Amino acid sequence: MDALKELRKIAEKIYDDLANARVPAIQLPSRTKSNIKFDDRYRVWKYGSQKITRAANTLAGAYMLLRTVYTLDFIRQMIEQRKTSTLRELYYISEGWGDAKFHSQDESDKLAEDLEILTNRLREDLKLRPEEDGARVIGDIVIEEVTRKGEKRRIHCQDDVGDSGYSIPYNVEKEKIKFIETNADKVIAIETGGMFDRLVENEFDEKSNAILVHLKGQPARSTRRFIKRLNEELNLPVIVFTDGDPWSYRIFASVAYGAIKTAHISEYLATPSAQFLGVTPSDIVNYDLPSDALTKEDIDALNSELSDPRFHDDFWINEIKLQLEIKKKAEQQALAKYGLDYVTDVYLPEKLAEMGYEM
Amino acid sequence: MPIAEELAKKQRQISIAEFFERNKQILGFDNLTKAMITSVKEAVDNALDACEEAGILPDIIVKIEEEGENEYRVSIEDNGPGIVKSQIPHVFARLLYGSRFHSLKQSRGQQGIGISAVVLYAQLTTGKPTTVVSKIGSGFPAHRYELLIDTKRNMPNIVNEEILHWEKKSGTLVEFHIKGKYVKNRKQSVYGYLRSTAIVNPHAFIKLIEPDGNEIVFERVTENLPKQPREIKPHPHGIEMGTLLKMLKETKAKKLSSFLSKEFSSISSQKAKEIIKKAGLDENLLPYEVGIEDARKLLDAFKKIKFIAPPTDCLSPIGKNLIKRGLRKETMQLSPEFISADMRSPSVFSGIPFLVETGIVYGGNLPKDNKVEILRFANKVPLLYQEGNCVITEAIKNIDWRRYGLEQKGGKGVPYGPAIILVHVASVNVPFLSESKEAIAHVEEIEKEIRLSLQQCARKMRTHLSKKEKKAKAKDKFLLITKILPAIAEKVSNIVGKPKPSLDEIITQIMNIVWIDDSIEEDGEFLKSTINVTNYRKIKHSFYLFAEIPGKEFLDGVEPEPERIEENYIMWHVDIKPKEKKSFAFRLKKESEFDENNLYIEGLNPVYVIGAEKWEGE
Repeated sequence: MDALKELRKIAEKIYDDLANARVPAIQLPSRTKSNIKFDDRYRVWKYGSQKITRAANTLAGAYMLLRTVYTLDFIRQMIEQRKTSTLRELYYISEGWGDAKFHSQDESDKLAEDLEILTNRLREDLKLRPEEDGARVIGDIVIEEVTRKGEKRRIHCQDDVGDSGYSIPYNVEKEKIKFIETNADKVIAIETGGMFDRLVENEFDEKSNAILVHLKGQPARSTRRFIKRLNEELNLPVIVFTDGDPWSYRIFASVAYGAIKTAHISEYLATPSAQFLGVTPSDIVNYDLPSDALTKEDIDALNSELSDPRFHDDFWINEIKLQLEIKKKAEQQALAKYGLDYVTDVYLPEKLAEMGYEM
Repeated sequence: MPIAEELAKKQRQISIAEFFERNKQILGFDNLTKAMITSVKEAVDNALDACEEAGILPDIIVKIEEEGENEYRVSIEDNGPGIVKSQIPHVFARLLYGSRFHSLKQSRGQQGIGISAVVLYAQLTTGKPTTVVSKIGSGFPAHRYELLIDTKRNMPNIVNEEILHWEKKSGTLVEFHIKGKYVKNRKQSVYGYLRSTAIVNPHAFIKLIEPDGNEIVFERVTENLPKQPREIKPHPHGIEMGTLLKMLKETKAKKLSSFLSKEFSSISSQKAKEIIKKAGLDENLLPYEVGIEDARKLLDAFKKIKFIAPPTDCLSPIGKNLIKRGLRKETMQLSPEFISADMRSPSVFSGIPFLVETGIVYGGNLPKDNKVEILRFANKVPLLYQEGNCVITEAIKNIDWRRYGLEQKGGKGVPYGPAIILVHVASVNVPFLSESKEAIAHVEEIEKEIRLSLQQCARKMRTHLSKKEKKAKAKDKFLLITKILPAIAEKVSNIVGKPKPSLDEIITQIMNIVWIDDSIEEDGEFLKSTINVTNYRKIKHSFYLFAEIPGKEFLDGVEPEPERIEENYIMWHVDIKPKEKKSFAFRLKKESEFDENNLYIEGLNPVYVIGAEKWEGE
């Protein structure tokens, strides 16, 4: 129960401030692009030393502290009563907190992250779970999952599942799922559902001996943690396949390097060895893909990526500069220009070979 | 009979009706909605002018009833001085008949084509005669006429005439049947016109009975009649050829020199000689013998000579206080947070005196995302159409309103925000853009005066807004220390299981100010202003507090005993310990129009004060 101890520490700090006539305050790492640093030990991006102070000398700061103490009291009660709540439930529960009430779920989600940082515990330890349902997996791997009734069930992610695959639960820690055995030699993480289904229909998991994971846009923590465990425990290389636009590069970055929002647990979620397959701006040119013009927001996002330390390597700088030059973006499914099988028969084999994988 | 003469006769026969048809726009009857507004407007303007001239507080009742498809009976009744019997048919049933046509005097009536145009419009659209009832005083009978216009001769056609008993002491009622359309809920409507009229004529009581029976009353807010505008003689710099010729013909002066010095303002007999010399004319010339050629020489001479400005005391402004009151009354249901008004001193363009007054209403329930509402007035008459072409709009567009707290794209154009802007241009001869008299022409002097006046109001608005912003910040802190901080203390004490700590010291640390808040509330016949001073600093303070007042004569009671009372302020000495709270109050008579406290302090660093500014002396 050391999460309880950590929560109590925060309350005590605020109480001591008040008792000693100090304006109560808590410090948190600044969660901005300028405050993420590369951690050599884990090879991921983590928060640097910039701190922000939330103090009760402004109304906004005071509200923040009030919500913090209410939330930690709520978590304390959940731990004691062996309950959990979703982030959304936390938001609704606050309706009864008077002045401490959250005005949007964004506020309560952020506070949950703050508490993870302050207590150095994971969200799951604080009995909070996300709303999002898990992403899907298809491939030659056997997983053992502990069901809600406490039974251990083994699932072969090709033979025991339908075409929509195995669904990743929100808790993917060892006490919940174990990897029993696999014959696959790589993991391919796919951004869009349309492309995931295309690869499934074309039996690409079997043809390329890959575990296919659907990212569902910006991947949930559980998906990223699941991929990291596949990589770490089974030594499988991870390949990321997304649309060719700045937003998709951020999806890749969150898989490989960690997201800015969750940089406090990057070493836990990120897979530093993950590789980007495409669609790259070079692909748009080389494969002559149908494309759309970049919007102003796209261009701003690309420029912002140029100043993002996570993208500071030759590959990304060249590709982003190329994209700013051609002013185009393309979706994964643009490959259908050459037929439904083109992606599995030509594009992916060519790209994988380029990256050094044998088919 | 020669053909030409026959044609001429025919031309005259159709002339008035045809003149009307051709000039519908100019006359304000170009569509059914506008025809309705114009009809009401002509009668109401007349009623207001007549009452003003006679020194009567106007009670005006406008009643509109639907009689058929787009057909209405419109009646306007006033308590004015009435019209003598023999004049009634001429005033109502002859076009361009009236006493004001050439006079240089600020009046509403200068603006329309006149009530007779409404009579003609009624006649042309419904064929029905207009009824007029008028009585000139107790002891006199009331006369009732049914009138049409003989369009061949431009003479009254009296359909019926009778004497009747009328309860009223004096007054006039006019009732016409017209084709028109009654609309609601927009500026360009009878209601919109009357509402605007009520704002700038706070001495008038106006009641509107709408076709659906709904009654709207615009109450009188002052018993004081506006100052009677004085008639002035034309200034040589504003005169036109036609007028000059007419004046030469009508003058009683026997010599050109006395004509000039008697019929014009700003011409002494000395100046008259100078003009005549410059024009190369003989000073003994009989004025009516001066022909076009010589008149032109006179005009040229006028242009070359400098004259003193015309007298400006001929103008009758509404006045700052009454503009404020009028605006407050008519926007009451929107509960605006701020109203200011300004009046410029008279100025002159091309020899014509004029004066600009403005007002701004801000906040409350006024729409936040729309363009501001512009209320334009010329000689106290609302201008409802052609907003885009008017010098008033132009002046507003050319001010950078962003500096004063309104939104404006690129600092140009009509600003956006919860505000109403009022501009009144008063002049003996308002330079309208066209005969339709719906927009004022672009005269540089007028635009400048409008701009300066609006900026004056706008500065007050900005001061108000920044004061409000400061107060909001202070309110935040107040909420912080009175509610949020105690709630935090309560919760953490609960979690750690220890007694609730005292917050006094933290509160003074967080606040670290002397907090001054004030309120104004009605107190019977008075306005009571209360000022609370709370010391949220760790040390005691001793300083002076000043409250601005609109004038000592309005003051009625000050608590506690002040150090000094001057004409425009009250000064208290304040001694206050940490955490102590003290109250100060004064009462003012309601007519002071007091609506915002301006508080100042001396003897305490203003950075430690919220709610008052540094005293800069008187």
